Amino acid sequence: MKKPRIMIVDDEQSVRSSLREWFLEDGFEVETAEDGLDALKKLESGPFDLMIVDLKMPRMDGISLQRRLQEVDPAVTVVILTAFAAVDTAVEALKLGAFDYVTKPVDPDELSHTVRRALEQKRLTEENVRLREKVSELSASTPIIGGSPAMGHVMDLVGTVAETEASVVIRGESGTGKELVARAIHAASPRRFFPIVAVNCGAIPETLLESELFGHEKGAFTGAHYRRKGKIELANGGTLFLDEIGEIPPKMQVDLLRVLESHRFSRLGGTQEIESDFRLVCATNRNLEALVKEDAFREDLYYRINVFSIDLPPLRDRLEDIQLLTEHFVEKYSRSMGKPPKRMTEAAVELLQSYDWPGNVRELENAIERAMVVGQGNRIRPEDLPLRVEQDAVRPRDRSLEALERAHIARILREESGNVSQAARVLGIDRGTLYNKIKKYGIPSG
Amino acid sequence: MTDEILLAFLTDFRPPWSEDLRRRVGAATDRFVRVDSLRIELQPFHAPERGQYHATLLLAELLRHRPPDAGHIVGITEVDLFIPVLTFVFGQAQLGGPGAVVSVMRLHADYYGLPADENLLLDRAVKEVVHELGHGFGLVHCPDYSCVMSSSTYVEEVDLKAERYCPDCLDLLSNLPETRESVV
Repeated sequence: MKKPRIMIVDDEQSVRSSLREWFLEDGFEVETAEDGLDALKKLESGPFDLMIVDLKMPRMDGISLQRRLQEVDPAVTVVILTAFAAVDTAVEALKLGAFDYVTKPVDPDELSHTVRRALEQKRLTEENVRLREKVSELSASTPIIGGSPAMGHVMDLVGTVAETEASVVIRGESGTGKELVARAIHAASPRRFFPIVAVNCGAIPETLLESELFGHEKGAFTGAHYRRKGKIELANGGTLFLDEIGEIPPKMQVDLLRVLESHRFSRLGGTQEIESDFRLVCATNRNLEALVKEDAFREDLYYRINVFSIDLPPLRDRLEDIQLLTEHFVEKYSRSMGKPPKRMTEAAVELLQSYDWPGNVRELENAIERAMVVGQGNRIRPEDLPLRVEQDAVRPRDRSLEALERAHIARILREESGNVSQAARVLGIDRGTLYNKIKKYGIPSG
Repeated sequence: MTDEILLAFLTDFRPPWSEDLRRRVGAATDRFVRVDSLRIELQPFHAPERGQYHATLLLAELLRHRPPDAGHIVGITEVDLFIPVLTFVFGQAQLGGPGAVVSVMRLHADYYGLPADENLLLDRAVKEVVHELGHGFGLVHCPDYSCVMSSSTYVEEVDLKAERYCPDCLDLLSNLPETRESVV
């Protein structure tokens, strides 16, 4: 188990050395500093779990140090060490966020108790943040839905690779659910109690991506007012998910490769090496092999990340999943909108199943969300679905005369609200012929 | 460095239970232990404003008296000890170092207004000496409350623990590097 790190900041050498021995015996990793400036310098060696800070010191006193700590490392827990006469100042320190104060000389039991409480509170705070992230992740996430053989195969692969530490590349068209699969791998892995940290490499400008991944020290560049941890550091213990990995610029490819080889890096503007134990999962809708051939993607990085590959089928290749997905999204949006669940009319289901879904599951979800908003009553009808669905309802690959006739009859029937006589008149055929065609094509006429 | 441990009773303090202490510390540490009296002038370590004695400075002086054949020396005194930032200490050792001091003043039952109890005092003294020696061997505090290496900041906690190292600490002892020679 990692030793807790503590820094003792006091101008009296005897206090520093005696507390150092005291905390060493308690199993801490101990650093000492003789005043606030010295402490700030030593903070560069890495984060501390706890700082014990004397109030009265030359150059930079305890109060000034605490103000600076709020800028540099707001997460650090501070216990103030003060002479009895300076209790008023200690109270000021509490208002600035110190955990507690103890007066010198301090009873060993009081010191031990205060330190234990401070560390416990820090642990609980960190755990709370982690659990909140986890809960929000779980509540926001969509389970992977699909009974098709294609998705069954994907889930088998997820189960196989999740237990390992292998890097994974998830490939698939936009909207096929690559991030969901990444999260499913993380959720089934031994790292599931630590965070999964996602970065969309294609959505962040190159100049910001470096800071996003590696973090930066205060003053590393104009506007870097505070130290900031990068996503690689935040993924320590968990999974780093790099979406749109094919968009990562060449310089960053070199930096990323170096991190993947050593799991060590420095924040921008920093010199201290930071270690991060993460598992890498990437996703792309690009052909990485083609990018390697075009020298747009480093071959060594390609081999490093592509230990295991999962291909997600587009929705048009698993039409049998549309009904399940639709039911899931209807239920999801009924809950979130506080509306009673709606049922799809057969015509609406028919329409969804005859569409090509270039935007895949994401497009389907958007279509259902819109239908839930605009639809009246307890049924979702074709006209509630986005116009684009209706216009493109006939899949480009399904342009036979029969398919066109079927789609056209279905549309006219919808426009005439299922009135067969009226529809027959519009179509220029008699009612009997229309009934035959409705029966032949299995078009729902209700 | 030898395995031998010297329990040095400081100045005029030589309790009747010193031989029992030797035997029980030897059993707990599995080392050869001898006892002796050591005359050290305590006055230079006295802090009049606190009415106590500076443990760190006393420990440094004690180390100057460590005989070459003693791997570890533990000074045992009846005066009250402190380190500057704390109100008192039962004892002090160097982590992984050859020296330690232990005060029995706050181990007396009558210090807390209770009837004197020499057996209880001996029990507590054994635990404190074995505890400080554990630090000298390189052990840090143990989370097992019954282990002699658990942290005790008041005397009832001393009573709660046994005078032996727990199996985890014994495991650590068998794997720790040799002790450091530096002086406080």
